[in-house]
Amino acid sequence: MTANGWFQIAFFLLLILAVTKPMGVFMARVFNREKTFMDPALRPIERLLYRVTGVDENHEMRWTEYAVAMLLFSAVSMLVLYLMQRAQAFLPFNPQKLAGVAPALAFNTAASFTTNTNWQNYSGETTMSYFTQMAGLAYHNFVSAAVGIAVAIVFIRGLAWREVETIGNFWVDLVRSCLWVLLPFCIVGALALVSQGVVQNLKPYDTVKLIEPQQVQKADANGKPVVRPDGKPVMDKVTARTIAQGPVASQEIIKEWGTNGGGFFNANSAHPFENPTPLSNLIELFCIFAISAGLTYTLGRMTGSPRHGWAVWAAMAILFFVGVSVTYWAEARGNPLLPGGVDQRVSAAQSGGNMEGKEIRFGIANTALWATVTTDASCGAINGWHDSFTPLGGMVPLVNIMLSEVIFGGVGAGMYGVLIYIVLAVFIAGLMVGRTPEYLGKKIEAYDVKMAMLVVLVFPLVILGFSAISAVKGFGTSSILNPGPHGLSEILYSFTSQAGNNGSAFAGLNTNTLWYNTAGGITMLVGRFLMILPMLAIAGSLARKKYVPASRGTFPVTTPLFTALLIGVILIVGALTFFPALSLGPILEHLLMAAGKTF
Amino acid sequence: MATKKTAVWEWKIVKRAVWDAFLKLNPRKMMGNPVMFVVEVGSVITTALLFRGGAAFKFNLQITLWLWFTVLFANFAEAMAEGRGKAQADTLRKARSETLANRLLDSGQIEKIPSSKLRAGDLVLVSACEFIPSDGEIVEGVASVDESAITGESAPVIREAGGDRSAVTGGTRVLSDQIKVKITSNPGESFLDRMIALVEGAERQKTPNEIALNILLAGLTIIFLLAVITLQPFAIYSGSPQTVFVLVSLLVCLIPTTIGGLLSAIGIAGMDRLIQHNVLAMSGRAVEAAGDVNTLLLDKTGTITLGNRQASRFITAPGITEAELADAAQLSSLADETPEGRSIVVLAKEKYGLRGRELSSHEAQFVPFSAQTRMSGVNLDGFEIRKGAVDAIQKYVSLNGRGFAEQVQEHVDQIARSGGTPLVVAERGRGVLGVIELKDVVKGGMRERFDQLRAIGIRTVMITGDNPLTAAAIAREAGVDDFLAQATPRDKMDLIKREQAGGKLVAMTGDGTNDAPALAQADVGVAMNTGTQAAKEAGNMVDLDSNPTKLIEVVKIGKQLLMTRGALTTFSISNDVAKYFAIIPAMFAGTFPVLNALNIMRLQTSQSAVLSAVIFNALIIIALIPLALRGVKYRPMPAAELLRRNLLIYGVGGIIVPFLGIKLIDMLITRIGLA
Repeated sequence: MTANGWFQIAFFLLLILAVTKPMGVFMARVFNREKTFMDPALRPIERLLYRVTGVDENHEMRWTEYAVAMLLFSAVSMLVLYLMQRAQAFLPFNPQKLAGVAPALAFNTAASFTTNTNWQNYSGETTMSYFTQMAGLAYHNFVSAAVGIAVAIVFIRGLAWREVETIGNFWVDLVRSCLWVLLPFCIVGALALVSQGVVQNLKPYDTVKLIEPQQVQKADANGKPVVRPDGKPVMDKVTARTIAQGPVASQEIIKEWGTNGGGFFNANSAHPFENPTPLSNLIELFCIFAISAGLTYTLGRMTGSPRHGWAVWAAMAILFFVGVSVTYWAEARGNPLLPGGVDQRVSAAQSGGNMEGKEIRFGIANTALWATVTTDASCGAINGWHDSFTPLGGMVPLVNIMLSEVIFGGVGAGMYGVLIYIVLAVFIAGLMVGRTPEYLGKKIEAYDVKMAMLVVLVFPLVILGFSAISAVKGFGTSSILNPGPHGLSEILYSFTSQAGNNGSAFAGLNTNTLWYNTAGGITMLVGRFLMILPMLAIAGSLARKKYVPASRGTFPVTTPLFTALLIGVILIVGALTFFPALSLGPILEHLLMAAGKTF
Repeated sequence: MATKKTAVWEWKIVKRAVWDAFLKLNPRKMMGNPVMFVVEVGSVITTALLFRGGAAFKFNLQITLWLWFTVLFANFAEAMAEGRGKAQADTLRKARSETLANRLLDSGQIEKIPSSKLRAGDLVLVSACEFIPSDGEIVEGVASVDESAITGESAPVIREAGGDRSAVTGGTRVLSDQIKVKITSNPGESFLDRMIALVEGAERQKTPNEIALNILLAGLTIIFLLAVITLQPFAIYSGSPQTVFVLVSLLVCLIPTTIGGLLSAIGIAGMDRLIQHNVLAMSGRAVEAAGDVNTLLLDKTGTITLGNRQASRFITAPGITEAELADAAQLSSLADETPEGRSIVVLAKEKYGLRGRELSSHEAQFVPFSAQTRMSGVNLDGFEIRKGAVDAIQKYVSLNGRGFAEQVQEHVDQIARSGGTPLVVAERGRGVLGVIELKDVVKGGMRERFDQLRAIGIRTVMITGDNPLTAAAIAREAGVDDFLAQATPRDKMDLIKREQAGGKLVAMTGDGTNDAPALAQADVGVAMNTGTQAAKEAGNMVDLDSNPTKLIEVVKIGKQLLMTRGALTTFSISNDVAKYFAIIPAMFAGTFPVLNALNIMRLQTSQSAVLSAVIFNALIIIALIPLALRGVKYRPMPAAELLRRNLLIYGVGGIIVPFLGIKLIDMLITRIGLA
């Protein structure tokens, strides 16, 4: 660990602190339909959209109508993406003449992008045409993020609005998310990334001759090395290399700004065309947290308690900082099993520590930071291989997702996720002040608790359920590339990432199989929509309630004590659910590594 | 107040509770409590497997037994909570014992019929030493009644026809005189019947917060069920499959059995605490609402003030000494039996050492107060002293050719402004002597209580028929937050509705028929037992002692009930951390010795670790029964401080305690060779 590393982490957190209020105020104004400086440009477009689609922007929806609209919209978008992938060979912008995507993979990818997961069982550059990337995947990057933001806003409205049956209009929230919150920032951001060297073109791939021909192991279709009968690997001599191209910058920016995470290329943000410089790295990191951090302020502002927003922000920031510290420490310490002659120390010439699977231009600090940020938020973009992290360093991303990605979290998803934890925290501890628990003046009653528990149940159900099946059935274990506890970590990570709509992969697990494509697709859909539905139900129920004015007898949600309580509840609920599984995965692996055994 | 402090572990109750604990094993009864139902199912499964034999019989047997104990302990806790109510119900049943009633027939004749045959509308005659056969209203006569069967208060109370003290309760006894009572309840619906049902908890329905908490606990149980069920495949993957005994043990330790086992006991005990304060809540919902109350409406008279105006100060007219005034005031009041009159005598004695004098030796003639003269006084050996309202005395002195000094008028105005009542004293020969200030006397300690209420965020509003000036002065002195002066029942109703529209919960007390609508509208309406039937039916609580100040206790008990639930839930969930550290390494250290690093308690063996966790989990239920029954300690303080305190005790404490407990049990059972 270096001072420079810590400085970069602190600088990043400061940037997030700085953007929270302006972003939060801006979003509150957008969704309260107050005036913003972008109105002159965007209002005409918005009105045109409503006129063309026949949306009545003054129509208010009950939560059920809102939910139906959201589900229909997502279902249709998902179907379109599925068909687009299947038919891409016949569609334009396909200079590489890529074939249609296979059904199971197309289903998995459609589910993945509709749910803001961006789990990728494919390599972008060899599977998706430019058309699919732009019209299919990038479109979903925008609208799935917009849906998440809309749901978060609805939940906040449930708290802020009093004695009303309706919670807003889905189409208006969707359009305003896209037009105001996503598009303008992405245009500016994409240009900033281009300035750093991110490509943006529709050219066919380049082929270049290598200056130094390379010997590489030959791999079969599944990525497994081909070996001769005597056990020696088959080697290929490579003299030329294809360099993939494409409209990357436009997709790269929304990938982070909308916490989608699906890379244009297989290597994601480790690829030099996606994330060429430390500055582009910082811009992308900043984009991942910006909206989610802002939403904490939106929460405070719309409910009339800005200090509550900051209390939530503080809980998130503390959990973030702990996570990044552990990862940074674990990775910077290096691999204790490497022989003494291997120099893992920090020096002017190298980053030191465990550099396996990390990019030299990012080093330990920025890779640890990225791994923490991308899993705190449900982004899932990566700039290093989580699979190659040390067991503890790799456990942090896993735990972050297991905590339901509420440490800032995905755009919208992090906010409504943390609101569920707050409801539970307020309910359990709120009783201890001798009153029916209230949250920001709304009583938390049986119906709300029931819905909150449904949300909480979804996670262990799909993660533990599918992981357990995968751990004992042949179709699950045959995909494991590394034996022992590491293999278990890989399975756990895969379902956790998909259920949490994160999309980052631990790798080391061949998930492009019928079982993992299907189970994963279901996991993502369940992890998204079965969580959103009860969430909307709570919002509807809260909006109907009377407001109970705060008094000295009211549970305080603006204090450091509340922040500590929230952190405690997040950690305890998460830990209690997943501790047994973790203890047989990364914890066991760490202890075994300390004892000299690796996988 | 007939509050008896009973010990938690009373042998008679314990004996019955032990037996009831077994009866409650009936699965149909257990289904109402999802957490404990899961434990019972687990116990049945392990019992069945036990008989299939296999290795580690001694360990498996112990696990199975402790699982059953866990269920039984929870049942026992509930039975203990019900026990006290049941004992009380038995006493009440005796009071309900069959009596013969003298029913008045239309013809005017008297017919003897069993009290259980009486119906609403019947007229009965009750004479001295007879039991009142059923609830009713006195239509004729006045009697002193012994209500100790219901209130536990041995001093008899007066009941009379008309007004707000006309209601009588079946099972109470007339001590003197004869009354004619119109029966108001049908068989099986009388107050006593309802009371028996209430204290027995027979009609107990889960309260809103309890339902919500039950859902939370059921949800947690499902989560842990998932965590444990899926652990087996992971264990198989890792090459160390577990026995059902160990898996069930882990499950039972993780699911919130502590709160699950004590939840209904807490609810019953909360109601019971109210009953011990002689308050009957018609529903548990009302008790919970009491904890949520934001606004307390308190009647001034009897609640905030002692109920009567009392002399507080003598203010002399020019040229008169205080002693002279006091002397005259005392003389005029010696025979005055009104509370005001007596208070003047008392003040004179306290302040000027004037002792009561025997007037019989003199030619004393007492002039009582009348509505016409609005004065009272005494004619004594030629003197003539009068005291009375300002205008009355003004007239009196001017008739005698004396003036009304300006200073006196100033004093009078000043007293009126400060909320007191001026009483002017005059002597025929000397004119005005001075003014006695009569003041409402605020009960001792009220200001502190209102401060406490304010600290916990409850606003107090004083309701009075006084004019705004007087009301404001008393409100200031008593320290209430607000007042409603010249209040009519309608005003009271409007105030309640206004508060409720603002999202607040309102509590009030009342006794008169005209209070009934407001009592029904309020979230917590405590009717006085001395009140009318209409008031008692409109409220959702009845205070058997008819003490309006008790509303404050009721709020406290409501809060305590909620706090106890929250505290034990927090404790229960925090406990799981230690249990994980006990059981997980025990499960897998056989296959992966490195996992012993997680065995931070250094428990002896895998078996002793699992067993210790299960034993701790069962024993903690028994250990917490007293807390569940008594409720957590409640001190009035702002929510923020309360939260900090309780989080520290039950949250942080809940994490630490099981580490110590499990370690101790582990040391013990390995020492005596159980594992």
